[in-house]
Amino acid sequence: MVVEQKIAEVIETSNSEFLAECYDLDNVPALGSMVRTKGKGCQIYGIVYVSATHSIEPGRRIAARGKAATSEADVFKANPQLAKLLCSDFKALVVGHSQDKAIYQYLPPSPASIYSFVYACSPVEVKQFTQSLNFLNLMIESRSTVAPDEVIAAFLRYASLTHPVPEEFLVKAGKELAWTLSNDMRRLDSILKRL
Amino acid sequence: MTENEKMNTKLGTVISGSLTQGVHVKLDPARSVEDVTVGRYVAIQGEKKRFFGMITDISLEAVDPRAMVMPPDISVPLIAKVVSGTTTYGKLSVLPMLTISGVAGDTEGPQPAKTVPPHFARVELASQSDVQRVFGKEDKQRFYVGTPLDMETRICLDMVELVKRSNGVFGKSGTGKTFLTRLLLIGMLQKSRTTSLIFDMHNEYGWEGTSEKDHKVKGLKQLFPGKVAVFSLDEKYDQRRKVKSDFVVKIGYDEIEPEDMQMLRSVLNLTDLAVQAVYELARYFGDDKWLQSTLDLFDSGDKEFAGKHNIAEGTWKNLLRGLQMLQRFKFLVPHAPENTVTTILEYISHGKSVVLQFGGYDDIAAYVLVANLLTRRIYDRYREMVDIAISADSKKPDQLVITIEEAHRFLNPEISSQTIFGKIAREMRKYNVTMLVIDQRPSGIDEEVMSQLGTKITCLLDNEKDVDTVLTGVSGKSELKSVLSKLDSKQQALIFGHALPMPVVVKVREYGSADSYKELGPSSPGDSTRKTDGLDDLWG
Repeated sequence: MVVEQKIAEVIETSNSEFLAECYDLDNVPALGSMVRTKGKGCQIYGIVYVSATHSIEPGRRIAARGKAATSEADVFKANPQLAKLLCSDFKALVVGHSQDKAIYQYLPPSPASIYSFVYACSPVEVKQFTQSLNFLNLMIESRSTVAPDEVIAAFLRYASLTHPVPEEFLVKAGKELAWTLSNDMRRLDSILKRL
Repeated sequence: MTENEKMNTKLGTVISGSLTQGVHVKLDPARSVEDVTVGRYVAIQGEKKRFFGMITDISLEAVDPRAMVMPPDISVPLIAKVVSGTTTYGKLSVLPMLTISGVAGDTEGPQPAKTVPPHFARVELASQSDVQRVFGKEDKQRFYVGTPLDMETRICLDMVELVKRSNGVFGKSGTGKTFLTRLLLIGMLQKSRTTSLIFDMHNEYGWEGTSEKDHKVKGLKQLFPGKVAVFSLDEKYDQRRKVKSDFVVKIGYDEIEPEDMQMLRSVLNLTDLAVQAVYELARYFGDDKWLQSTLDLFDSGDKEFAGKHNIAEGTWKNLLRGLQMLQRFKFLVPHAPENTVTTILEYISHGKSVVLQFGGYDDIAAYVLVANLLTRRIYDRYREMVDIAISADSKKPDQLVITIEEAHRFLNPEISSQTIFGKIAREMRKYNVTMLVIDQRPSGIDEEVMSQLGTKITCLLDNEKDVDTVLTGVSGKSELKSVLSKLDSKQQALIFGHALPMPVVVKVREYGSADSYKELGPSSPGDSTRKTDGLDDLWG
C-alpha cells in the first residue's frame, strides 16, 4: 500500500477555505493545484489559490542576509536558525467534499478540522473530481482570491493533464465557464486565453 | 434507439414561439448551422404529443449583445470551440404543422397542430417513421411520387383521395410537368379504380415519349397494355410512328353544336356576332345539320341567305374564315362512321383508360374543339349514368379523370363559366368526374376554378403572378413562396392540398430507367386492388 505523504497541516479554517502550514520551508503546492484534508466525517477538497513564505512572528520582518554568500543555499547554511524562524503556508478554496466515496461539488456541512493533515491529490483523484464541473461556479463567485481568473486557469491547465484528451476537457470546461459568464464576455475571454 | 443515436438526431430545444409565428429552437451546440437547411422536416417531442413541422428560417444569436460588438478571438481554436453554442448559437424557426401521435400503437392519424410544444421540448430531425406516419406508407392506394429533399423516405400520395377532386399540375416549360403527369396517371392506374381520359396534344402519354436527354421513355400503353387504349385523330401520324391505335377518331359535322363554336371563338378569331350567327343557323337548319348546310351555302356562293337572316357581310365572312379553318382538319367528316363518344364510354365502362392522341394536329383549335366536344358529351352521359345509379340504388360508375393540357385555354376567366371544364372543376365531383389540369401559366386560369382544385402539384414557377395564383388561399403562403421559387428546375415539385396532410417538396421519383419500370407496371407490389375485385363483387 502506498503511504500518502502529507504536505501540510490546517491552521486556520472556515467553510469556504482553509490555511495550511507546510512542513517543509519553501515547499508549497503549485498555484491551482488540488489538495485534500479532513472534515467531520468527510474528505474536503481545496484548490490552492495563494501561497506564501514569511516570518513566524507577524511583527518581525525578515532581513536580507546573502550579501556575503556565494549562493542562496549558503544563506541557510550560515543561518541554520532561519528554518525555525520562517514558515511557508498556503490558502485553499474549498470546492467540494466526498462522503462514502461519493463526491459532492458544493461546500461541506462543516469546515476542515483544525490540525488535520493536508495531502496533495493524485492525478486519479483530480480526474475523478473533475468528471463534473459544477464547482467552477464556486471559484468564479469567490471573493477571497485576488486573481480568481488566474486560479481558475491554472487549475484547469493542471486538471486537463489528468484527462486522456486534455483539449476535450478544456473545451468542456470552457463551455461551462461560458454559461456562467454569459454576461461577461471580457472575463470569459481573459480566462480562455490563459488555457 | 440507443443514447448515441438519440444524440445524433437531436437538433436542439424549443426556447420560445407561438402557433402563428412558429416556435424558435436553439440549435444544439454539437450542430453546425451550416448542416441545417430550410425546408427540412423536424419532429418535436412534447409531453403528450409529437409535433411535426418544417424549418422555415435559420438565424444567428448571441447571449450577450456585447459579444457582437467585441467578438471573441476565434483565431484561438479553443475559444472558437467554446463560444460556439454557448455565447453564440444558432436559432431555427420551426413551423409546427401537424401533431402526430406520441404514443406507440396509437392509430390516430396526423392532425393539424392547434397548439405548440412546451418550453425546452426536444427537437430532432424527422425520422423515416415520422415521415411515414404523416404521409403514409406505400400501399394499395398510396403511390410513391418522390422523396423529400435530403431524405430517402418515400412520400406517397393517396390516389383514391386525390382523384376525388380536380387537381392541377403547374410549372414552367421544361420543368418536368409531363413526367410528373405521366407518373400521376400511372399512380391512378396502379392504385385506384379510376379511369382516365387524356387529351394528349403532344403525343406524350400513350406511346413512347422522349426525355430532355433525348432518350425514349415508355408511355402508358406500353406499361399497362391491358388497361389503356390509344385513340388517334391522325392515322398518318400513327403510320409514321409505326404504331397501331385502338381506334381512329372521326367527328362528324353533325356532331358539332353551336356551343362548341362558342368555345372556339378566340382560337378561330370569331366575332361575337359570328357566334350569334351560328346559333341563328342552328335554329334554322337544326343542331346536327347547320355546319354541313352552312358549308354548302359557302360552296354555292349564295349571298342572299345572309341578308335574309340579318347577318352582316363582315360577320358572314368572319364565319366563313373560321369554318374554313375547321375544314382543314381531316378528322372532321360530314358523317362519322362510328360515334366516338359511345366508343370512349364503352372503353371506360370496361375500366380502360383512353389516351386521345392528336398526332399531327397540334393546333390549339383542334385541341379545344375535340376536348370540348367530347368532354361535354361524356359529361352528359356520365351524369345520366350516375343519376340512374342513384335512383336505382346501384353502384355508381367508377371515377373518371379527364386530363387536359394548356388548361388556361379552357379555363380562363372569360370562358370558364361557359365551358364544360369550368363546370367539372366546380361541381362534377359529385358525378365522379374530375379533372387533371396541366398548365404553364396558372395565372391565366379562372380564380374560382383554381380555388376548387383539390391538390396542386407545382414545379418551378418564377413569374410572380403565377406563383401568387397557385398559392392563393394556402396557409403559410409566404414561406411556401420562397420554397417554390427555390425549387430546382428539374425533378422537383411542391405538392400541397387535399391528398396530403401538409405541403411537401419532393424530388420526383425516377422515370425512364429499366429499374423504374419494374415498379411502375401493373404488377407493382402492393397493387392488389384488381386481384380482390372478384371478392368485392361476390360480397357486395
